[in-house]
Amino acid sequence: MADLKELIQTKYKSELFNGNGSLQALSQKGIQLFTEQGIPTVKHEEWKYTRISSVLNKEFSYAAATTAVTKADVDAIRLPGYETANELVFINGIYHPELSVIHSGADALLVQPLSEAVKGPYKNIIDKNLGHSANYHADGINAMNNAFAYQGIFIAVLKNKELQHPLYCYYINDARTASVLSQPRTLIHVGVNAKVYLVEEEITLGTSDSFINRVSEVVVEENANVHIYKIQNEDSHSSCVKTTHVRQLGVSKVNSVTITLNGGIIRNNLNFILEAPGCESNMYGLYCVKGNTHVDNHTVVDNQQPNSLSNELYKGIIDENANGVFNGKIFVRQDAQKTNAYQSNKNVLLSDTATVNTKPQLEIFADDVKCSHGCTIGKLDEDALFYLRARGVGEKAAKALLLHAFAGEILEKIELESIRSYADAIISERLGFEI
Amino acid sequence: MLSIKNLQARIEEKEILKGINLDIKPGEVHAIMGPNGSGKSTLASVLAGRTAYEVTGGTVSFLGKDLLELAPEDRSREGLFLAFQYPIEIPGVSTTNFIKTAVNEARKYHGEEPLDAVQFLKKMKEKMKLVNIDQSLLSRSLNEGFSGGEKKRNEIFQMAMLEPKMSILDETDSGLDIDALRIVAEGVNKLRDGKRSFLVITHYQRLLDYIVPDHVHVLYKGRIVKSGGKELALELEEKGYDFIKEELGESVEA
Repeated sequence: MADLKELIQTKYKSELFNGNGSLQALSQKGIQLFTEQGIPTVKHEEWKYTRISSVLNKEFSYAAATTAVTKADVDAIRLPGYETANELVFINGIYHPELSVIHSGADALLVQPLSEAVKGPYKNIIDKNLGHSANYHADGINAMNNAFAYQGIFIAVLKNKELQHPLYCYYINDARTASVLSQPRTLIHVGVNAKVYLVEEEITLGTSDSFINRVSEVVVEENANVHIYKIQNEDSHSSCVKTTHVRQLGVSKVNSVTITLNGGIIRNNLNFILEAPGCESNMYGLYCVKGNTHVDNHTVVDNQQPNSLSNELYKGIIDENANGVFNGKIFVRQDAQKTNAYQSNKNVLLSDTATVNTKPQLEIFADDVKCSHGCTIGKLDEDALFYLRARGVGEKAAKALLLHAFAGEILEKIELESIRSYADAIISERLGFEI
Repeated sequence: MLSIKNLQARIEEKEILKGINLDIKPGEVHAIMGPNGSGKSTLASVLAGRTAYEVTGGTVSFLGKDLLELAPEDRSREGLFLAFQYPIEIPGVSTTNFIKTAVNEARKYHGEEPLDAVQFLKKMKEKMKLVNIDQSLLSRSLNEGFSGGEKKRNEIFQMAMLEPKMSILDETDSGLDIDALRIVAEGVNKLRDGKRSFLVITHYQRLLDYIVPDHVHVLYKGRIVKSGGKELALELEEKGYDFIKEELGESVEA
């Protein structure tokens, strides 16, 4: 671990950020906290089931700017539907405009380095929101990203704009010649009455170790509508911690679907902070993992104002030696009367060596609320399996049919058809499902 | 068609079937009646291949094959159908997709080409009429939120689609009102063609008013204790099961 500390500190010193104001402050606070805390161990309550140090004790080079990734490399990993999407390409954590494609006009979408945007009209928004996730993650991982947040990107979907072109973000680690650690950072502002579909994928090129520590903060203004889809399907040498931190500042609706289809250690932090009355937040997750993949979905819903609805459903299909972790925390603050908060985590274990740890946590300070939580861990329903087999469907096909239906409840929440079929195709193939 | 000899089965440590003998010929309709706990549903489950039951003795031959050696899906593909007493709800799988898979898996088993979309739709429309079932129901998740009658009609619809040689109806009348019962029975009767055989398991006689059996058997404590023609069902209806117990020399509780 000493190596990582040294790596981060050396990098920090060599690139010492000479801006001022909030970016500078966040960077300093970040390196301080990181130096104090280091990488969380399993003694840290929030990291109890995820030994992130097992990845980070490997030797990494901190993502240097690279020009080795070509347009052809990017072509090979584009997601379906890209033809009509705004595509933002990050290489080793750094945004590369020359590889990115923006279709939306400047009157609808703004993409700018944070260090520039903070000098413009968005200064207030950046000052107030960048680093807000640290309030919910007082650990070295979040701090490590904060130390370099000034290298990040500011994205604004302008008010009254329904973005016609979905926003695809590719976070590419180029691990073809060396192991790479990178830390993408974005702050996304979705203006009043605006609408956007955000699709994010982590991708590693090459076979060396890859670690992505990404923080994306999303600020949602009144009457905005945001869809956030995350997909990860990597090899065992690719690990990541990604934090999506959503602040709903006005009455608004946000849907999130997180699909995990393999990797090394994958930690998905998802926070919804409902700061206005009457917000709606839907959080869906599907992890369909095998091999030695470890996937940890850590979610927080913080209901601060009355009359909000949060709905959370995470489902897991875990095979071979894979592990699943689900930790769902719901706060209902004293002022958040008439809150409806639902949470459910359902798991199917397909092998004797697959494991899952699931932990709902409800902290309710208001007295007039409806909250529910539940989790199930089991094998496939034997009665259902027998019913299908008794009608002539073979055992393998019957299992695939049931598992596909189990996954389908999450997949159908993805409104972008091209992304939904993409995920569906991978899952169908994994399950041996064909109709 | 189906020949059961001295069939014995248990679930966990409990002996339930204690030597069943039954011979069903092509085109025949047999009814099995009996009080609760006599082993009626166990017999249906064992024939369909539910693994929770352990066969401890006896043989079952179906169209010359050793039925007990076949996996549940192969029993179905060979032409055996079980209409469940409690059809399972399966969220996320539509009846249409499911039955298409089932029909085509059976065709594959017999070395036939799968039905294409047009052929399948044609067949489906034809069979839907037979049991008076609506397309919208079949597009929904299998049995999910269906009423008792809808579930049973869906069972008969699937039976019609799979065109089995031998169908076992496990208490298909339970939970049905008289109208639903009539629709289900009519569906079954339309499938009677002098070749297909049926084994109708029921607690009450009323289903047999609509599906008239050739033979009636009384199952009691895991054995067939009495067999007769369709008039046996009427006698049972009139006298209750107590007269069987009396015949067996058991004391009848007052």
